[in-house]
Amino acid sequence: MRIEGKGIIDRTREVKFRFDGRDYSGFRGDTLASALLANGVRLMGRSFKYHRPRGVLSAGSEEPNALVEVLGKTIRTPNTRATMQEIFEGLDTRSQNRIGSLRHDLLAVNDLFSRFLSAGFYYKTFMWPRHFWEGLYEPLIRRAAGLGSLAQVHDEGVYEKAWAHCDLLVIGAGPAGLMAALVAARSGADVILAEEQPILGGRLIGDGGVIGAEPAALWLAGVEAELRAHPNVRIMTRTTVTGAYDNGTYGALERVGLHRSPRPSLPRECFWRIVAGRTVLASGAHERHIAFPMNDRPGIMLASAVRTYLNRFGVAPGKRVTLFAANDQARQTARDLMAAGVQVAAIIDPRQDVSVVEDCPVHSGAEVIDTKGRHALRAITVRKGAEVFDIETDCLAVSGGWNPALHLTCHMNSRPRWSDELAAFVPVADAVPGLEAVGAANGDFSTHAALLGGKAAAGAALLALGHKVAPVALPAAEDAPYTHRAIWAVAGEGRAWLDLANDVTLKDVQQSARENFASVEHMKRYTTQGMAPDQGKNSNVAALAVLADATGRGIAETGTTTFRPPYVPVSIAAMGAGGRGKGFAPERFMTSDQASRDRLAPMIEAGLWYRPAYFPKPGETTWREACDREVLMVRNAVGVCDVSTLGKIDVQGPDAGRFLDLVYANTISTLAPGKVRYGLMLREDGLVMDDGTAARLGQDHYLLTTTTAAAGQVMRHLDFVHQAFCADWKVRVISVTEGFAQFAVAGPKARALIDTMLDAPLGDLPFMGVVQTAIGGVQARLFRISFSGEEGYEIAVPVDYGEALFRDLLARAETMGGGPYGVEALNVLRIEKGFLTHAELDGRASADDLGLGAMVSTKKDCIGRAASRRPGLHGPAREQLVGLKAMAEISAGAHLFRPADAVERVNDQGHVTSVCWSPVLDLWLGLGFLQNGRARYGEKIRLVDHLRGIDVECEVTHPVFFDPDGGRMRG
Amino acid sequence: MRLTCPLCGPRDRREFTYLGAEDYLHRPAPDAPRDAPPDALSEAWDSYLHLRDNPAGPTRDLWYHEQGCAAWLLVSRNTITHEITGVELVANRKGGAA
Ligand SMILES: [Zn+2]
Repeated sequence: MRIEGKGIIDRTREVKFRFDGRDYSGFRGDTLASALLANGVRLMGRSFKYHRPRGVLSAGSEEPNALVEVLGKTIRTPNTRATMQEIFEGLDTRSQNRIGSLRHDLLAVNDLFSRFLSAGFYYKTFMWPRHFWEGLYEPLIRRAAGLGSLAQVHDEGVYEKAWAHCDLLVIGAGPAGLMAALVAARSGADVILAEEQPILGGRLIGDGGVIGAEPAALWLAGVEAELRAHPNVRIMTRTTVTGAYDNGTYGALERVGLHRSPRPSLPRECFWRIVAGRTVLASGAHERHIAFPMNDRPGIMLASAVRTYLNRFGVAPGKRVTLFAANDQARQTARDLMAAGVQVAAIIDPRQDVSVVEDCPVHSGAEVIDTKGRHALRAITVRKGAEVFDIETDCLAVSGGWNPALHLTCHMNSRPRWSDELAAFVPVADAVPGLEAVGAANGDFSTHAALLGGKAAAGAALLALGHKVAPVALPAAEDAPYTHRAIWAVAGEGRAWLDLANDVTLKDVQQSARENFASVEHMKRYTTQGMAPDQGKNSNVAALAVLADATGRGIAETGTTTFRPPYVPVSIAAMGAGGRGKGFAPERFMTSDQASRDRLAPMIEAGLWYRPAYFPKPGETTWREACDREVLMVRNAVGVCDVSTLGKIDVQGPDAGRFLDLVYANTISTLAPGKVRYGLMLREDGLVMDDGTAARLGQDHYLLTTTTAAAGQVMRHLDFVHQAFCADWKVRVISVTEGFAQFAVAGPKARALIDTMLDAPLGDLPFMGVVQTAIGGVQARLFRISFSGEEGYEIAVPVDYGEALFRDLLARAETMGGGPYGVEALNVLRIEKGFLTHAELDGRASADDLGLGAMVSTKKDCIGRAASRRPGLHGPAREQLVGLKAMAEISAGAHLFRPADAVERVNDQGHVTSVCWSPVLDLWLGLGFLQNGRARYGEKIRLVDHLRGIDVECEVTHPVFFDPDGGRMRG
Repeated sequence: MRLTCPLCGPRDRREFTYLGAEDYLHRPAPDAPRDAPPDALSEAWDSYLHLRDNPAGPTRDLWYHEQGCAAWLLVSRNTITHEITGVELVANRKGGAA
């Protein structure tokens, strides 16, 4: 019911929305909860376990009851708090956790069996027979107990993540936060003011009151105007700070577009990481519910929420309201209602000696012991001494006192302190370095204390940051003491709920204590108290007070459960924004990329790189046809392949040779300028890290290549060895991988092709030689190396010329019966030659396993030398690299067995790392590791791949299948 | 988490690559005495390669400013409080020659 003249909603802007298929209207500035209340809708959901009818309890992000699904075009967003969802034109929502309609939920039958569904019910009932769990019990329970449901389609919504830095982060824009922000703003500090609600003011909005000489609303408007005028202040509304992390880092979730009609470009949410020099936590406090019998009916709400609905939204949540509270502050709710013309039936105050002077009946020393109303509250039963009577009422405003919202102060392992005086946990100082809690978040509940605390904390923070603090006058404000009595539960017949979201009752917690789940952490897990999306913000403290009572310990001794981030639920989509699809990994393209795609080459990923798999010709229907053709083209004419993805590392300095001798297992320093050598790098634990080439370009100048896969790892390793072990050597190392495009030209006609390209005649370039040359006036390096087994060259030019050179090479090659080849053919060519890749260098192979043991120099130290000599890395007990020949298709990943042995794990003799069909040898070829393999050439071995259904007999051979003496590549 | 690189200033942890404990800096002499059998690892090498503490509290470990200046850093930090108490260049240490 709307109250004329109340609230700060925009009554000129009507907004139409839907709930459970019905059309409603509200005003701009309404939340779904306030708009539904204004329309007289009190039943908003069904409870988690018993499917009890539930209405809204709070007016904030701590809401345990009113969770709804927001329906989008394709996706729907479950567990949306109606108290936080602002309405917009076309908003479509529905209640959740029901079968049938909200009013006639078929699962409400659960409520009848509630005495069987108490704490530990699942553990006790569904333990056996064990296999019934997955097939029967779990699906049933999931159907019956649960929250919203997912749409089962990808969330195509836009999410963002962002970083921000500031001097002072102020969390919460109530009186304390506003004061802190004002001081910092005037002092010239860089300020971020983060506020969960769409508007500033915090409780000033709901509470009203006077600050200085003016109504709080006017003071608020003045402060907001000034803050917005300061260029050094960023105001972030709809932004909840969700976590406190080390080094002054905070996580925050901004609801960017959830309050507006969806637009494709509009992010739904943005997850912020805010780095602050200092932080003022002014997050306020959460009001507590009271565990009296049947305290869960729609219409039973927190007193502060009733006041907020009245003063912020102009909504009376009932026609005849009753207040049940044990503190003086809550009485303002009754007074505000009466001033607005809403009838207040009574004030029920459990305290004996309190004032009974109000404009409505006040029952002191009284408690609510029962409630009535099937779908919403109709009446309450009150016990006052020996007297028991009913009061007709449709809204019960409850206040069980206040809990400072101190969650963030506990995110870095700190525990809060119990205050007997406040009957609440309060933050301890320096719980999070650089953060100070003020105002209600610190247990300072009066407006004056909030203003004072905000001013002082901001001043101290600015001084610590080296800022001058500008003078800000402290306005006068209400400074009433917090007068209250702790009341957690009311004895009586019927269930009394603690955790409304998870349907945990007083009895459940008491039973937990009886069954000896008496530590607070055990009780939490046994009863699920505080484990719902709201994390028990309204109920945890009461639950542990009940536990403390049941176990005969004090609350301080009982302690709290751990507060962990996030403070409110954060969607995975927001946290992982940008990390989906193409955003998951950056894409690296070679200079030849477009030229390859122009020729319709399918691209495959090699790490982050995209490389052409093969270059299809008209009429070719399978990749194998193209691949076979490209292999034969290289063996018979000439092929061109972009090999720019190889790591390239430039090493210079008088100590370069000495340095390379340390990082390579073999000796590099003896290499003559103009020559290239194969190099093997070990890890310090003696296993092979990588292989590649080292070219000596000049006396003090080397260029290394690494495999594509290990380029980053090798660079890190070289920097480490240099800086850690020989920083004083005169050598410098830098990656030039992306500086050069490099193309392999291989085949019997490679030399002829190269000769047409160069500005000056090549002359004699022996195998494993390198020369500086020029192509069309562009400086180029020409290496005579081969990864195919043919006479091979690799030409490197600055990347800007890569594409032009690649296209030119292809055009020339094609006039000679050659052309481009992709990584499929590259792989076949190298397997035929027994050359290694990271399929073989998998981090578990020693140099000896690979047949390269002799490369580990005995004349010098090198990284990995000491460990490589361990007996365990040598000899017949190891699996050694072998070749495999087969007449039928074989597969990488298959395992090897003796033909006579059973195919069982104990008989495993090794595995296969790479395979190909060799169009040259007309055979299937494989490389793999076989126990004592080098001594077993000629042996028959059984290759089994259960995954692909392959079972083939192979012949074990030397790993070099083709041209074993290397005559073709030496030319 | 942020590390203050002595060369680049305070930077987000995403710019760094972690290696492991400071122990990696204390490479034993290549000819550190060996136990029997003759090619078994000496105790010094075994410890260097494999034995690590798992401290609750102060620790020192190695980070590489991979998306920055390529410096290896020796970081002193506290595994309980996440406090970072010092960052120095590995290359500036004394007596690192192999
Ligand atoms: Zn740096």
